Amino acid sequence: MCGIVGLLLKNPTLNDSLGRLVTPMLESMSERGPDSAGLAVFADRDQGEKYSLFAQDEHFDWDALERALDEALVPTPSIESQGRYGRLYLGVEPDTLRHWLAEHFPDLHVLSAGHFMDIYKDAGHPAAIAQRYGFTGLSGSHAIGHTRMATESAITPAHAHPFTAGQDFCLVHNGSLSNPYKIRRSLERKGIHFETDNDTEAACRFLEWRLRDGDSLEDALAQGFSVLDGFYTLLMGTGDKLALVRDPFACKPAVVAETDDYVAIGSEYRALANLPGVKEAMLFEPKPEEIYSWTR
Amino acid sequence: MDTMNQSAEALRFDLGESTVRDLNQYLHHELAASGVRHIEVTNPNGQHNIAVGVDAPVSVDIQGHAGYFVGGMNKQAHITVHGNVGWSVGENIMSGSIRVKGNASECVAASGHGGLVVIEGDASSRCGISMKGCDIVVGGSVGHMSAFMAQAGTLVVCGDADPGLGDSLYEAVIYVRGSIHGLGADAQEEPMSNDDYAKVADLLERAGFDYDLQDFKRVASARSLYHWNADHHQEY
Repeated sequence: MCGIVGLLLKNPTLNDSLGRLVTPMLESMSERGPDSAGLAVFADRDQGEKYSLFAQDEHFDWDALERALDEALVPTPSIESQGRYGRLYLGVEPDTLRHWLAEHFPDLHVLSAGHFMDIYKDAGHPAAIAQRYGFTGLSGSHAIGHTRMATESAITPAHAHPFTAGQDFCLVHNGSLSNPYKIRRSLERKGIHFETDNDTEAACRFLEWRLRDGDSLEDALAQGFSVLDGFYTLLMGTGDKLALVRDPFACKPAVVAETDDYVAIGSEYRALANLPGVKEAMLFEPKPEEIYSWTR
Repeated sequence: MDTMNQSAEALRFDLGESTVRDLNQYLHHELAASGVRHIEVTNPNGQHNIAVGVDAPVSVDIQGHAGYFVGGMNKQAHITVHGNVGWSVGENIMSGSIRVKGNASECVAASGHGGLVVIEGDASSRCGISMKGCDIVVGGSVGHMSAFMAQAGTLVVCGDADPGLGDSLYEAVIYVRGSIHGLGADAQEEPMSNDDYAKVADLLERAGFDYDLQDFKRVASARSLYHWNADHHQEY
């Protein structure tokens, strides 16, 4: 079991309330996933190159990182930090930053890269994680979240969802894949590097590889249906979109509520029950093997 | 029970204030001696296991959307959900009735033994999976693999049926008014007899639907999967 939630705001006057709206959705799915949780938040405008970083050490010295980056890579980096989490604004390519960090700060993990997306994820109860990183105060145009009940790999911050690959792309998954190693081997032969042994990472890197190769999100997902084997409800976010698919048997749940103000997705209706105006929303259950996508 | 609005024969539980466990413990342990005949449940907000395991001649009205397993194992009670329901409404229902005014998610009345389940809207996949004698009437359409391995009872679908209808059917019978988008293994369409028309008429009346009986098609088991068949070189 796991819980997934997503919220895309159609009414931009709500953007400052994104965190306040999506956090109760995430917390309501705690019973489906008490081990770990994560949230990807997409800004409503291009914020330049930015990175979500996660430190092994809870007393990590973010000022020291800022000074080192300033001297070695690019002048005037900017870091906003909260405990083990840091958001870095820095005008360098992701590969350059990753290589430099691997050499100088090997205990720092790059959670995400992009111009729109920030990712927060950690092990622990979803409500505690939401509190730790101040989820209710976050703003943006869309967000996806996940509460994890691990079934196939370890419980660590790195194994928590969302998974990401490339830039401004992330994915959360309820279910389990039966052929992640086959997918992984075929991608590794193309030089694609994996960070964990989690099955979801295979789906994430497969889809990102298709996107990077020029596929639209819809085309990539259509390919995914023939390549991914197993149970899945997948919810994906890009700079301006949310997309949702369920496996051909629709083994894992999903409910969608749509109003003039938002599109909201949850594993269960409980996740949507307290959204404003949900009683008048159009509610539906996504069909198996169909691609649903919404653009902000 | 602090939030209940007591009167002689009716009670209200506000699930925004009290818990599903409070409600179910009342239904199991205190209802019988109370003389209460009607329970109203407010603010269900998609919570699971509402009014599970009731065994009393009581009517329960749930005002809003319910989660998984609402009315599971029901005996005698008449439960109405004024909203949608999640997975497995009326799972293993034994008797009584459950009516859903909106749509239902997967596995309506899974393995139900008796009683009647009415979904006024659509039901999702695996509706009536492994049903063992209950009756189900769906006002709208049903999702894929409905009546999968259904053993006894009747499923009436007033709309369409998605692929895999009646896969691996035993002796349950399905009637579909709209389009059948694909039969499952060993399910076949058969001619309607007078008994079939009478059965559909009875269930439509009990469910409160009015449709032309001539529009219904019968789907039942070809009985080739669950009988020993030496022609297949004993492969089964």
